[in-house]
Amino acid sequence: MIDREQVLHVARLARLRLSEEEVERMAGEMSTILGHVETMNELDLEGVEPTSHVVELQNVLREDVPRECLPRERALEQAPDVADGGFRVPTPRHG
Amino acid sequence: MTDPLHMTAAQQAELIRGGDVSASEVFDFWRGRAEADDLGSYLWVADEAPAELGELPPVAVKDLFCVEGVPSGAASRILKGYRPPYTATSVRKLREAGAAVLGKTNQDEFAMGSSNENSGYGPVQNPWDRTRVPGGSSGGSAAAVAAGTAPWAIGTDTGGSIRQPAALCGVVGLKPTYGAVSRYGMIAFASSLDQCGPLTRDVTDAALLFRHLVGRDPCDSTSLEFPEEVPLPSAERLDGLRFGVWGLSEEGLDPGVADVVRETLGTIEQLGGAVEEVDLPSARHGIAAYYVIAPAEASANLARYDGVRYGPRAAVDGDLTAMYEQTRHDGFGEEVRRRIMIGTYALSSGYYEAYYGTAQRVRTRIAEDFRAAFERVDFVVTPTSPTVAFKLGERTADPLAMYLSDYFTVPMPLAGIPAVSIPCGLSEGLPVGFQIAGPAFSEGRILDAAYALEGAIGFEGVPRT
Repeated sequence: MIDREQVLHVARLARLRLSEEEVERMAGEMSTILGHVETMNELDLEGVEPTSHVVELQNVLREDVPRECLPRERALEQAPDVADGGFRVPTPRHG
Repeated sequence: MTDPLHMTAAQQAELIRGGDVSASEVFDFWRGRAEADDLGSYLWVADEAPAELGELPPVAVKDLFCVEGVPSGAASRILKGYRPPYTATSVRKLREAGAAVLGKTNQDEFAMGSSNENSGYGPVQNPWDRTRVPGGSSGGSAAAVAAGTAPWAIGTDTGGSIRQPAALCGVVGLKPTYGAVSRYGMIAFASSLDQCGPLTRDVTDAALLFRHLVGRDPCDSTSLEFPEEVPLPSAERLDGLRFGVWGLSEEGLDPGVADVVRETLGTIEQLGGAVEEVDLPSARHGIAAYYVIAPAEASANLARYDGVRYGPRAAVDGDLTAMYEQTRHDGFGEEVRRRIMIGTYALSSGYYEAYYGTAQRVRTRIAEDFRAAFERVDFVVTPTSPTVAFKLGERTADPLAMYLSDYFTVPMPLAGIPAVSIPCGLSEGLPVGFQIAGPAFSEGRILDAAYALEGAIGFEGVPRT
């Protein structure tokens, strides 16, 4: 079971603000979903290797040659707040 | 000109090539159709034909594909107004092949959903019954092709997001082998699972569109060269082919759907194919593994939406963290927040091995199940969806019930293998999808078998008016 404290902890990690009502609902929904997820443990997975990638790929090396990239002004074009050729953000810590 | 509404995309391409109609007439026809869409299929429609048009009819593109200068936001409010500075490789390749972008189709936000009800811009209605969902997450693409507001479309499939809406709308949907199509420029959901593929009126159109999508792309290090030129399907018989059926006795499978699927198995036998049952003992745990792996990867992929580089920023009188949290609260819908929470929890300190590690081991087991099955049979076949299209609102209050819509489609992306869904009949007056899966890079053979079956079934789509 996921409790209120766990929901608030995970929300902090995920940088998500949740309303009071959402915290309660999320605790119930996460518990139900993770309850189903835990049925995985019915399988005997002793000695089974984890799969992180489905296709057998070898590393492929290429020459380290500089290429054109997005011009700075294009990269900044969609930002909500731009200053001095960079992204402007609120101060990292208040006060 | 002959009415493109009642023609496949391949037939229209033939007319354009032969000079019977001009590409711009075809484009304008479909632009008019897309403009008149009243199912909610589109989030944006091109306002004019591009200066140069090729020999293929235009294609409707799921909103999560980046197209330079065109609104591309994965149907999320956190990307409202975003116009990317570059174009997805898949869209670029289709343009080079002669298919212009007709419009951007509605979807579940960030491709998270099975009903299209999680779109930040409202749901899509199923053209067979407007009180029902079109499936998801590529619901706009499926509905547009079914209703005849697009000649063909592309979508993405992570756990069933091409095949399930194709099934629920009575069209063809192909999820390719992982790596067959570049993911560059696709707004990422779960990177180890996401694949781009076609949604079309028939199997030939799927092969035609797919052949232009494949290929290794230096911008996607997980993409691979397709081992052959994708052949256009031509089989009329299924002699000598073995079909392994999975899932017909699963709890939760609607009896009406099961009946139509059994009839299709009979059709396979009439065409000379052999049908036997196969067991995929770990695949029934696919949903459990998927709902760890996909949210975990999503929680990392969606960390970038924080009101700094693109999309709206919440006005907050506070520090940077307060701005992040409020922007993400305002911008993400409920299901997206739920999955970020599940994924963050599963990856958090102390839980990683129990959830993510275990899910990755289940994934290995599922891939082994398929490998064992393909020693005995050429294809694994299943119903695509356990039910026909359900009512709008029916499952929104129960996330787990919604997740189980993907029961038959989730094992294939977990194993990285291709599968197609073709319409195989009606139950309660609504389309039923039949899924054919094969080993990695067997798309040519899958589409050939689907083509033979399609010819024998003779499915009539929803009347187009």
